[in-house]
Amino acid sequence: MEDHQLQMAPASLRAGRLRKAPENFLGANDIRTVRAEARRGRRDFIRNSFAAAMAGGAAAYAGAQETVGQGDPAILELPKWSTSLGKPVAMTGYGRPSKYEGNVQRRRSPGLTQTTQASVSFAPLQSLFGIVTPSGLHFERHHQGWVDVDPQQHRFMVNGMVRKPMVFTMDDLMRMPSVSRFYFIECGANTGMNWGNVAVPTVQYSHGMLSCSEFTGVPLIRLLEMAGADLDGRRFVLAEGADGSSMTRTIPMSLVKSGEVLVAYGQNGEMLRPQNGYPLRLVVPGVQGVSWIKWLRRVEVGDEPWGSKDEAVHYIDLMPGGQHRQYTSIQECKSVITTPSGGQVLLDKGYYSITGLAWSGRGKIRRVDVSVDGGRNWKTAQLQEPVMDKCLTRFRLDWVWDGKPAIVQSRAIDDTGYVQPSYKQLRDVRGTGNVYHNNAIQSWLVQENGEVKHVQVA
Amino acid sequence: MSRLRSALAVAALAGALASPSVLAQPAWEDLGRAATDAEVQAWDIDVRPDFTGLPAGSGSVDDGMDLWEETCTVCHGIFGESNAIFTPLIGGTTAEDVESGHVGSLARGDHPGATTFMKVPTISTIWDYIYRAMPWDHPKSLSPDDVYAVTAYLLNLADIVPADFELSNDNIAEVQEKMPNRNGMTLEHAMWPGNEFGTGYIKPDVQAEACMENCADEPQITSEIPETERNTWGNLREQNRSVGPQRGADTTRPEGKLGDARGPVKVVGPKDRAAGGASARALELIQESGCAACHGVVRTMIGPAYVDIAKRYPGGVDYLTGRIISGGSGDWGDVQMPPQDISEADARLIAEWIAAGAEE
Repeated sequence: MEDHQLQMAPASLRAGRLRKAPENFLGANDIRTVRAEARRGRRDFIRNSFAAAMAGGAAAYAGAQETVGQGDPAILELPKWSTSLGKPVAMTGYGRPSKYEGNVQRRRSPGLTQTTQASVSFAPLQSLFGIVTPSGLHFERHHQGWVDVDPQQHRFMVNGMVRKPMVFTMDDLMRMPSVSRFYFIECGANTGMNWGNVAVPTVQYSHGMLSCSEFTGVPLIRLLEMAGADLDGRRFVLAEGADGSSMTRTIPMSLVKSGEVLVAYGQNGEMLRPQNGYPLRLVVPGVQGVSWIKWLRRVEVGDEPWGSKDEAVHYIDLMPGGQHRQYTSIQECKSVITTPSGGQVLLDKGYYSITGLAWSGRGKIRRVDVSVDGGRNWKTAQLQEPVMDKCLTRFRLDWVWDGKPAIVQSRAIDDTGYVQPSYKQLRDVRGTGNVYHNNAIQSWLVQENGEVKHVQVA
Repeated sequence: MSRLRSALAVAALAGALASPSVLAQPAWEDLGRAATDAEVQAWDIDVRPDFTGLPAGSGSVDDGMDLWEETCTVCHGIFGESNAIFTPLIGGTTAEDVESGHVGSLARGDHPGATTFMKVPTISTIWDYIYRAMPWDHPKSLSPDDVYAVTAYLLNLADIVPADFELSNDNIAEVQEKMPNRNGMTLEHAMWPGNEFGTGYIKPDVQAEACMENCADEPQITSEIPETERNTWGNLREQNRSVGPQRGADTTRPEGKLGDARGPVKVVGPKDRAAGGASARALELIQESGCAACHGVVRTMIGPAYVDIAKRYPGGVDYLTGRIISGGSGDWGDVQMPPQDISEADARLIAEWIAAGAEE
């Protein structure tokens, strides 16, 4: 696609209302000429007049409408897409977003990591609708780079405390009866940069290690049963990847037994993307992303946890007093407003639909409250259906912005009654030395000039 | 019911009657196959904190030092102290910590950042991780004895074992009793689903209430991004859609007034490497060939950044092609770049891309 493409911002006109031009925009003679030409049907002339006016900027563009007394050139002058033959079918065998959507990309946060293989890219939450993350915008977290595994060469092994260790091909797994379910996935370190203070400007960088997909696969418990797993007593499951890092995590047997944990190959109707574990990944609903082992090659049943690198060096939660919480897994109830959010600029005063995302690793979202005065007063937002277990839930609230500074916040409550805490409430218990599991209420300051800033408040 | 379906149902019933156990087995029971012992052995490489899974073997601190300097120093530094690429491995632990099993600086907060040995409670974790994932660009290339040796060297750097120590499967449990943070973990939290640890139900630690009116004093802003960092994440105007209720802020200039956000938005397309030309292929090659493990495009890592090489050798395609194939050191520092296993055509493609400016 072409870089550096400039486009007009259509919202420089408000629908149904034309504005007065600055008096000196077109001189009286110019206006007479334009009108005379317009009556003669000299459209090119008018178009050229507009082009000249455009050099003065968008305000002039808005003003030009009334000057010529005709209306919006986007309507009056038929665009090329209305007057030409369109492109053929199947021009791109796999369709892509419009070239005008090129700004909506996953991105790295400068300086966060020294390598691009043990690194993160953040999903552009500020530009997404509903609850499903397009697969190409799903956040990435790799520990030793991503790999593109040949599905015909991929094998999945079940061993450990089983009667019969087993091997499955992708053919075997895809022949079995499957389930498809929507779940969120959030990195345990999401929002971690902001434990101590504001460290990033936008919701993409503060909350973008969050995505939500429909996953298709086989409940892991079915495969353990086929291998004759010994499931009585204290039991754990180890999951291991096939990539260079061969990441391992200890998976809670209670979730495996409930049937929630999936050995998944499908994501949003197609196969998983390589960056998300193609052709096979573990899905551990409600639990931090590091446990959703990608390029899954093996699970092992055992009677002790494994204390792997990512549960004994990283993904441990430092508490005041110097102890670390180990095997912290559940992503607790959390929400964030995505519109308006940090690094954006509101176009004008007036109506806005405040909207954002809420989720809980313990179940469904019961309620979301929104404040526009920094947490003094709250209103209950509308939840958009469907509201699903361990899945993103979209909320919204009508707001008419009066142009005065406002601090917008959201606060989610899940169906266990857990209430998303403020930074003060969270830090009072967990301090500020932690990296993981920051689920505090997020604040965005809307300034009088419309620019929205990431702030923390007390 | 169709004739076919009723025929199938009868057949299924007959089968079930003939062998009652069929009812207990799912219909897909015949999928998958038994794993051979050799297959399980090839993949089941994990080592638990109780040393289940640990292969027999041994390695000395001295052997570990040799291996370390050959293989590990480029990323972790000679003493495991480097923070250039990854967080430091060594530092921040004391003889008292080895005694108590609690790393005191974690409580005091007087050590900048936490090193691996300040955190890790279990030596099995170190052994398991090195064996499965190190070195960074050639994981699983070390033998068990190599891993014992490198682990012994790290333990010596951390003042846990003496310089003449030889670590083995026989004495590793004794080493575990000296791990500085072995008592530093707690399972007393509400964030593990289930009761596998026998902790019973634990209430979530942070208990907030959902107040609706007059809940707090006038909010005071305690933290925000400094104005000097306004453009650190790139131009936010180009990180937002060109239509909608708002635009991204133009962070290349100071804040404007209300209404300024209207107007043209530059759409910066995704860098489409798949559909690109020679430079896209070069970027793919530096990933595929492992060059990117040491060289960033704009960032100096273990080796120099490609844009810096481009500045020094503009147009130097032949020289750079040869250098990629032969490796070497001295031009940028002492770190040795090994000869690369790459075809001359691919090396030339990369060299052409560098010599033309190394644009991402």
